Amino acid sequence: MSATLATTGVGAAPVTARRPFRLNAWQTWGAILLAPYLLVFVFFVVYPVGYGLWLARHPASYVHLVADPIFAGTVVNTLIFLIVGINVKMAIALFLSGFFTHERRWIRWLSVLFILPWAVPSIPTILSVRFMLNPEWGVVNQLIFRLTAEDGPNWLNDPRLGLTLAIGVHIWKSLPFWTLILLAGRLSISADLYEAASVDGASGWQKFTHVTWPSMRALYVTCTILSMIWTLGDFNSVYLLTGGGPADLTHVLATLGIRYLRLDQVDLSMAAVVCAMPFVLPLVYVLMRRLSK
Amino acid sequence: MSAGIAGTPAATARALDLPPLRRPGRRDRWRAAGNEAKLLLVGIPVLIWTLIPIYHLVLFAISPKQDAFSGALFPANPTLRNFEIVFGQRHYFQAHFWQQLGNSVLIAFTTGVLTLVIATSAAFAISRLKVRGGRTVMNLALFTYFIPAAFLAVPMYKTMGAYGLLNTKWALILAMVTIASPYAIWVLKQASDKLPLELDEAAVMDGATPMQLFRLVYLPLMAPSLVAIGIYALLLAWNEYLFAFLLLSGDRDLTLPVALGNFLAADDSPWELLMTTGLIYALPPAAIYYAFRRYMVGGLTAGAVKS
Repeated sequence: MSATLATTGVGAAPVTARRPFRLNAWQTWGAILLAPYLLVFVFFVVYPVGYGLWLARHPASYVHLVADPIFAGTVVNTLIFLIVGINVKMAIALFLSGFFTHERRWIRWLSVLFILPWAVPSIPTILSVRFMLNPEWGVVNQLIFRLTAEDGPNWLNDPRLGLTLAIGVHIWKSLPFWTLILLAGRLSISADLYEAASVDGASGWQKFTHVTWPSMRALYVTCTILSMIWTLGDFNSVYLLTGGGPADLTHVLATLGIRYLRLDQVDLSMAAVVCAMPFVLPLVYVLMRRLSK
Repeated sequence: MSAGIAGTPAATARALDLPPLRRPGRRDRWRAAGNEAKLLLVGIPVLIWTLIPIYHLVLFAISPKQDAFSGALFPANPTLRNFEIVFGQRHYFQAHFWQQLGNSVLIAFTTGVLTLVIATSAAFAISRLKVRGGRTVMNLALFTYFIPAAFLAVPMYKTMGAYGLLNTKWALILAMVTIASPYAIWVLKQASDKLPLELDEAAVMDGATPMQLFRLVYLPLMAPSLVAIGIYALLLAWNEYLFAFLLLSGDRDLTLPVALGNFLAADDSPWELLMTTGLIYALPPAAIYYAFRRYMVGGLTAGAVKS
C-alpha cells in the first residue's frame, strides 16, 4: 500500500486503492437500478409466454386449428396483407419521401398535415372510415348514388373488398411514419453526390438509380422488414374495420387469436398465436442481425 | 429533381433543388412552372387522401343529427350541440363519459411515469454503470420490442387473470409499461452512450456516489430524451385499444377507445355522438404531438416509434 502511494503519487493513489470497493458499489447500484425492469420482464413477459406455451401444448389444438377452414383463409389473408400491402406502402413512402425533399413553403405545411394519421389514435379514424363505407347512409355510397343513380357496393360485406380496404386503412395510418423515416435517409445523402451527377448530365431517374437508391437500399430493406413485423401484429386495421367478417373471411393472424378467445376456445387461441411465430421470428432474427451490424 | 443546368460553376453551385434565382429566362420560367405543376399533382392527392377520414370525423361532430346523413360536404347548420350532449352525459351511450376520460388520463399518465422510472434507471445501469449482464438485458428487451404486442395479448390476458388483476386499472397500466419499456430503454441507452465518459470520471474524482452521478449529472443531461420517451409511453397507453378491450370490462372501468369500440357493432349507434367522442379523444394526442414535435423527431429518426 505505502509502496503504491510512493510510486504513483498522492493524487492518483486513492483511486487505485479504492477501486475494488468502488466497482462493487457501482455493480450493486447497477443491479438495483436494473431490478425494476427485470421484475417487469419476468412477471409480464416470461411468465405469460411460458403460460401461453403451456396452454398451447396439446398437438390436438393444432390439428383442430388447421382443420378449421377459417385458418387457411387467415394465412392467405396475412400473406396478401404482408406481400401486397407492405410493398405498395413502402414504394409510395419512397416516392413521397422524394416529394417532401422539395423546399417549398406549401410542402412544409403539407408535411405538417401529412403526419396527422399517424399522430391521432386509430379508433376514431377507423370508425370514420367505417361510417363512410356504410352501404346505406355512408357518404361514399350516397355520392355514388347521386352521380350514377345506382347503389354502390356493400363495401365491407365483400371479403375481397373488405381486406383491400383494411390494407388501405393500414397504409393510411402508417404511411406518414415510413415516409418520414425514408425522408431522413434521403436528407442524409451528401448534396455533393447529386451535384456531381448534375455536372455529368444525369437525368432525374439516373440520379435516383445511381445516387439515391444505392445510399437508401439498406435503410429501405430494414424498414420493409420492420414494417412486416409490425403489420403482422396490426390488429386494429382489420378488427375495427371489418371485425374479421363477413363470415370470418377477412381475419389475419393478429385477429384470429382474439376471435377464438372471445369464443372461449383458449387453447385454439394460443395455438393461433404460436402459428404466427414462424412468420414473426425469422423476420425478427434477420432484423436483429441487420441492426447489430 | 434539380434544375439540372450544368453550365457555369455558379449555376451548378445552386443547381441542387434550389429554384433558379434572379432574372430567369422565359424558358426557365416555363420549366419552373412545369415543376410546380408536377409537385402539385402529387401534393393535392396526398392532401385529400390524408384529410378525408379526419374531415369526415369533424363533419359528423359538428352536424346536427338529421343533417349528418345527408351526404353534404359541408353542414348546412354547423352546431356544437353534440359536444353539449357528450359533455353533459345526456345519452345512455356515454353515461360515463367523464369517468372513462378520467380512466384514460390516469392510465396514460401512470404508464408514462412508471415507464420513465423503469427505463431511465435501467438505461443508466446498462450504459453508465456497465452492470454485468447489461448487454444481455438490452438484447432481451430489444427482442421483446420487435415481437408485435398483439401476439402477447392473449397470454397477457390469461396472466392478469392468474394474478387477479383483471378488470383493474393496474392490469392495463402494467401491460402498457411492459410494452413501452423495451423501446424506452433502447432509446435512452443510445442517448446516454453519447454522453462523454469524462463527465462520469470527473464526478467520481470529486467523490460522487453512483446515485449522485445519476441525480446531478445524468438526469439533467438526459432531459430532452426523457421528455420524448415519457410522451411516447403516455401516447402508447392513451391510444391502446386491444389490451384495454381485453383487460378492462364494466362501463365505469373502461377507457374511451373501448367505450367507442363497444358501440361499433350496434346498428342503431348514435354516429354523430360516436364521432364527437372520437374527436375529443383524438385531440389531446394530436396536440401533444405537435407541441413536442421538436423532441419527437429526434427519437423518431433514432429508431422509430411503434405505430
